Formats: sequence, structure tokens, C-alpha cells
Amino acid sequence: MKLKDIISKISLKLILAVGAVTIIIISVYSYFSIKAQGDELLSQAEVYANKLSETIKNSTHLSMLENKEEQTRYIINTIAQEPGLREIRIFNKEGRIIFSSQKDVIGQLVDKNAEACYACHTKYEPLAKLPMEERTRIYQLDTNSPRILGIINPIYNEQSCWAADCHVHPKEQKVLGVLDVQLSLKELDAQIASSEFRSIIFAVIAIALLSLIIGIFVRRWIEKPVNELVNATEQVGTGNLNYVIKDLGSDELGLLAKSFNNMTQKLSEARIQLFQSDKMASLGRLAAGIAHELNNPLTGVLTYSSFLLKRTQNNRELNEDLKVIVRETKRSREIVKSLLDFARQSVPKKNLVNINDVIERAIIVVENQLSINHVELKKNLTKDLPQTTLDSNQMQQVFINLLVNASDAIGLKGGTINISTDLLKLSPYGITHIKKATCPKRHDLMDNEVKIGGMPSIKLKVYSNSKTGFINLDPLYGRNHHLINWDLNLKELRVVCPQCEISLIEEDKKCPDCNAPVYSLEVPSQGNIEGCLSKECNWQKWDAVDADGQKEYIEIKISDTGCGIPKENLSKIFEPFYSTKGQKGTGLGLSVIWGIIDNHNGTIKVESKLNTGTTFTIHLPCPNGRQTLK
Amino acid sequence: MKKDWDILVVDDEQVVIDAVVKICSSEGYTIDSAIDAKEALQKFAKNNYKLIVCDIMMPGIDGFGFLNELSERKISSPVIMTTGYSTVENAVKSLYTGAIDFIPKPFTADELFNSILRGMKYIRIQNSLKSYKRDDSEIIYVPCPAKYYRLGYSSWAAEENTGSILIGSTDLFIKTIENISDLELFQNDEEVVQGNACAYIKDKEERVHPLLSPVSGRIIEVNEDIIKNKSLIEKDPYFEGWFYRLIPSDSEYELKNLINCSSDRL
Repeated sequence: MKLKDIISKISLKLILAVGAVTIIIISVYSYFSIKAQGDELLSQAEVYANKLSETIKNSTHLSMLENKEEQTRYIINTIAQEPGLREIRIFNKEGRIIFSSQKDVIGQLVDKNAEACYACHTKYEPLAKLPMEERTRIYQLDTNSPRILGIINPIYNEQSCWAADCHVHPKEQKVLGVLDVQLSLKELDAQIASSEFRSIIFAVIAIALLSLIIGIFVRRWIEKPVNELVNATEQVGTGNLNYVIKDLGSDELGLLAKSFNNMTQKLSEARIQLFQSDKMASLGRLAAGIAHELNNPLTGVLTYSSFLLKRTQNNRELNEDLKVIVRETKRSREIVKSLLDFARQSVPKKNLVNINDVIERAIIVVENQLSINHVELKKNLTKDLPQTTLDSNQMQQVFINLLVNASDAIGLKGGTINISTDLLKLSPYGITHIKKATCPKRHDLMDNEVKIGGMPSIKLKVYSNSKTGFINLDPLYGRNHHLINWDLNLKELRVVCPQCEISLIEEDKKCPDCNAPVYSLEVPSQGNIEGCLSKECNWQKWDAVDADGQKEYIEIKISDTGCGIPKENLSKIFEPFYSTKGQKGTGLGLSVIWGIIDNHNGTIKVESKLNTGTTFTIHLPCPNGRQTLK
Repeated sequence: MKKDWDILVVDDEQVVIDAVVKICSSEGYTIDSAIDAKEALQKFAKNNYKLIVCDIMMPGIDGFGFLNELSERKISSPVIMTTGYSTVENAVKSLYTGAIDFIPKPFTADELFNSILRGMKYIRIQNSLKSYKRDDSEIIYVPCPAKYYRLGYSSWAAEENTGSILIGSTDLFIKTIENISDLELFQNDEEVVQGNACAYIKDKEERVHPLLSPVSGRIIEVNEDIIKNKSLIEKDPYFEGWFYRLIPSDSEYELKNLINCSSDRL
């Protein structure tokens, strides 16, 4: 890493900033605290010096009075042995040193301007009395020597002095001399210095610790997530939109990561859509090309065959065959056109037709393939079915696909396909598909991610057993399946809209079957749907649909004796690109079939047993039935 | 001396030419062919053709270019357009640029032949129009009313105040069919697409004539009166004889591609 990179790092900037602030704070604090400490020590030293000075004065008082110089000197010298005492001296009024712990200065005259005399002798007339605080002085002999605290103690004239026999001191004299005690501040200075040193050590340790802590937390809370985000951005930048940032917690960066994930997911969806539309566009161009290329030869086939058809009215056998050619060429024409329509997303062309005719036409197309595979086809088509409105080409495609799938499932060993049609009266229970459900505040509750039976489920938020989670309801009216992975406590249950948290439970209602709480959802323009929240109960009530009563449906069943579909795959087979055929299939078949049936407001169900067979059941509404359920 | 032919087929696909030639000649028409627009135009120097069947997608000059060349050379022979690329745009543009009909490929012998029959009838009507005198008692055909829009000469669309659109067949189209015997109509709620068939009109000889829809939309009302009384279409094609009432899907755009009938008034 280059120096510039290191300097530009957030952690270093923070460390520098916090370090600077710490230095300032600690310096200011140390300065004042050391100063206070120094002052305190100094005043203690002053008091000590003062006491000492008084002690000396008092202890020498008698010997002075008696004029016992030897004794006075002895006392002074003895006290001067005390560690920290630099010098004790007494000078007389003229400034001559009479006594001193340092013998060589005795007899010397002290300059009145010297620091010991300065306090009294600054004024024109020397002061007789000196206040306590002005008696002390601190000075240094030279810059390298320790500081010295000097205290002067004037020796005042007393009655005992001038009344004494020696009559040395006249009565008028106020001050007889000065006792000067000098204390070396070496230890005190050393103490202050060590305090300073401790402060510096403390500051350094504090800064180091703070830097370490900042470093660690910045790394943990900022650098790591930011690096992860940078990495994710780079990944997305290079086109990997599937990159997901793992959970970074719930702080601001965690939220950023979440919203980043959300963004990439949206981007990826948009890209898929873009890709899809791009694919559609190129497919459209391809379709246009194919349409043009294919339509010319088809024109040849269709014109000649229809021409021949007209001319062979008398030859029945030939005429029948030609009818097949004309009809199938017309079908090809519709397929090519639907290719174009598909590219242009055109509407399905619905007509009133008999479903049996559509099935018959589908059978003709696959009959040959079935007989090659030794598959027997049993038809059980109910006559006189009412005509239904449907796109016969699309529906024919559905049957062809289902028949081919059935034949593939049987394989080469041979088997049977049953195809039957029937007219049923069904209650809306188990047939009507809830395509949209909302909370009272009109928030969409449909969940496209969790599908039940290939259809988007209804997602509700649940609080129970002091846990929070989601419950997914089957969108097929009457089934009331719950998809939830923990047990609900029905007595302590809140069910709310995942978006606005509004309660969806009907407070004053209980399930008539099992007395459990009841939810209520809105189906736009079709009233409310209610259902039991117990997993075991499948009670549901939808007044708007129930009011229509039973309706007629055409049921088409296609069952085979093939290999069957494993249970775990049953829910997936209607998803796009699910295929068991590997390279052979495109995987679009069943999802397209589902889409076509759904477009016709019908339903398709699948039941299967491994190695026994599969049954597809399609229900299509009859024309008088409910047309739209959107 | 120029030779007179009934039909000229212009297509770059030999099999289509062969098929058209076969169908037309079996019905007694004299028919000539050209492999592209350039050759077709050269043929006009030597011959006269009553009717032209022309492909749109051709190398060199395409079908629309060919239509322009014809009008520049003051050749008034009506043109029936065909194409394998049968999109709404192609159909509508063909009829807007002056073709009298549009048949998407692949077509059956009948679909082609019925279109040619209507074309021939159209020529006869146009010819009789030339010899028409003001004092003639019989009106040849009633033109489309002002403020109506028409798709070629076949169907019309009229905007209603409520935003819906009425569509029907022009008098000229009905006149080229003659003797309606049956009608096959779409139903309520069904979608019709501009330039695609929206109704099938059967004549006495059981020939089926598709009526191309002038606009796209969802049918909200079918005129029950014309089912009960088919002659209503012939008697009052522009008012009582309407076919459907539609909720248009994009009338603003689609009406631009139609011919404004106000300009028909001379």
C-alpha cells in the first residue's frame, strides 16, 4: 500500500484527529494539574521553610540572648545537616553575615540588592515588618543548578534584647538582623519533572490505546463493510448482478448493504427483463424472417391443395385427404402468424369452439408418434359439450404438448394414454384462483417468490410464541393451505399486513369449524375472503364467489401410465425452464401451457405417482360462467 | 399494338407465380407474370393489364415503390397486394398507398380468386363511373361521408362523441361483392385488429369475402339489425348498416393511417 493510500484511509484520519485532540486535552490538563501540584508542593515547602525558620529563630533565641555564639553556630550547623537545607545564615543590620552553615561566607557583606534583601530594601526606607508571603523567594544560581527556596525571617528587637546586660542592641532599633534559610528545591523539582514525565507517558499510552481502539473499531465497523461494499460494487460493475453482500448488521452501513442488495436484485431483474425483451426483439426479427420465408412455400402448398380440393369434389377419398392438407396448412399459417403475433404480443384469437374438435385435431398431429412408441390412446370424449370461447390454436398446442409429454413419460416400453372430457358443476371451492388480495389499506399481499401449485401465494406477517415470521396461504379458494415453518400459538396470535402492520384478524369472529381465529383479506372488486388460521382446518369463506353458486366447467383429463413425477418436483413443473428432458426439451412447455390455461381463466392440476403414471386435469369455465377473476 | 391481359402477377417466388397463374387461368383469365417490379414496369410498355397482383417484399423496387412507379406512369390498373410478411403496418400501408386489397400469404385458391373477382368488379364500377352522367337516374355507389375514415375502399370508421368508434363496410366494397347471403360476425368482447379480417361476408355463390377492420379495439356492441336484415348493409352502409361499436385501442395513431373521407368529395 502506498503512503498516500494509508494517509487517505479513514482510520488514519480519525486516529490523527483524535490523537491531536487527545494531545491538546492531556497537555492542557497536565499543564494545569502539574502547575497546581507544583504550587501545592511549593507552598508546602514554604510552610516547612517557615516553620524551620521559626524553629531556628526560637532555638537560637536563648543562645543569642546570652550571646553564646558557639552555641548558636552549633545549633545552626546541626539543623543545616537536615537534607534539603542548603544554607542557614543570619546577617545583621548592616548586611554582614554573622552566622552561616557555610563557614567561608561568614563575615561577608551582603549586597542589599541581593534577592534575600530585595523584599525589604526596594523601598527608599527599609520596611520594618514584612508580610509572611513576601518573605519567601525562589531563585536559581545558574540555569543548571536546582532551584532554591529562600525564606527570610527578620529578627525583631525585643525587650529581652535591649534590656539584656550586654546592651548590644539599642532600644530604638526595630530589626536586629535577618535569619535567612535556603532550601534546595531539587527534590521538588524532581517530583514535578517526574509528574511531567508521567503525564507524557500517560498521554502517549492514551493516544496509542485510543488509536488502537479506533483502528480496531473503524476496521470492524467501517473498513470491513466498506471494503465489502466496494468489492460488491466492483462485482456489480463487472456485470455480476447475482453478488449478494452478506448481512452487515443493522447500522447505517448494514442498511446501505441491504439497499445495495435490493438495488442489485432490481437491476438483475431489470437486466433479465431487458435480456428477455432483447431476446423477444431478436426473436421477433427471426419470426418475421421465418414468416416471410415460410409463407412463400406455404402459399404454394395452400394454393395448390385448395385448388385441387375444389376440383376433386367428386372423389371423396382424395377430397378427404386434401382437406387434411388444406386444414393443416391453414394451421401452419396460423402458427406462423402466431409467431408474428407472439413477437408483437398480440391478443389471443378466441372463438366459440367445441373442445372435442380441438382435441381431435391435436390427436391427429401426434397419432403417428404415439403409434411408433407403442402408446395406445384411449379417448373418452363426452358428446354435446357446450361450446367454449377459446383460442383453438393455443389450446391445440396445449393438448399436443400434454400428449407428447405423456408419450415421453411412457418411453419406448409402451403404455396407455387416456384422454377424456366431461361437463362438471363445481362449487367455486378448490377451483377459483385468488389472483389478487390486499390488506384494508390496499397493500398487495401477493408473493411472487413463494408459489403454491405454481401460483403466487398470499403472504401475511405473523407474531406468535414471541416469534415473528411469515405465513403463505394457498391462492386457490377452498384449500387454505398454510406454508409456515413453526407452530403457531392460536391463543396468542397477531396476523398483520407485511407492509403496514395493520391487523388482518377479524376480532369478533371465530372459525365455525374449529373456533380458531379468522383472517380477512380484501379481493379488489370481489369483496372479502375469510379463512381459518389453524393449520389443520381448511375453512374459507368468500361471499362474492359463493353467491354465484356452482358453475359449469369443462374438465379435460389426460393421464398416462408413464414413469410419473417425483413428489418434490410436482410443485416445480409449471415453472419456466424446468425440464427433465435435458437437451431435448426447452423447458418452456408446461409454463406456457399454464399461461394459456390461465389466460382462458381455467386451472390445471397435476397428480402423479412414481412408476404408475401422471394425470393432468384442466378445468375451463363454460361461457355462462364467471369470465374474469382478476 | 399493345396486347391486353387480364392479370399481371409480380412475385419473386416462382411457386407463387405458378400457383396464381394456375388458379387464374383455370377461371378463364389471361395472366402474365413478372419476377420483379422492374420487369413488370417494362411489360407495361408492351402490354395492358387490367389488374395486378403484387408482392411487397421483392428485390429492387418493393411493392410500395412499384405502386408509386405506377401512379407516376399514370397506369391506373388496380393492385392487389400480397405478402409473406403480413403485418398490420404492411396491410394498412398497402391500402393507404392505393392498393385495392391486401391478401396475406399463404392464401387459399378461393381467397385469391375472390379478391380477384372483387377487383374485376371494382374495375367495372370505375369504368362505369367514367361514363356516368349527372342525369343518370341510378347512383353507381355512395361515397363515404365526410368526417369518416376509410381503410382502402373496404371499411370505414367513424368516431363517436363517447370515445367509441363505429365501423362498417363501404358501399363500394359491398357493390364489389353483390348479393350478400350470409354474414359471419365477431362477438362482443372480442378484439379486432386493424388490417385483419373482422367479418366474413358470404355472397350468393358461397364465396367468402373478409372485411378488413379499419381500427383495432374491443367490440362492445354488434349491430344485431344487420344480422336480422342483411340488406340493411346494402341499403344504408354508412349509418344503419354499421357492423360494430368498438372501444379503440389506439385510435389516434391508427386513424392517421386511414384515408380521410372528407378529401373524397370533389
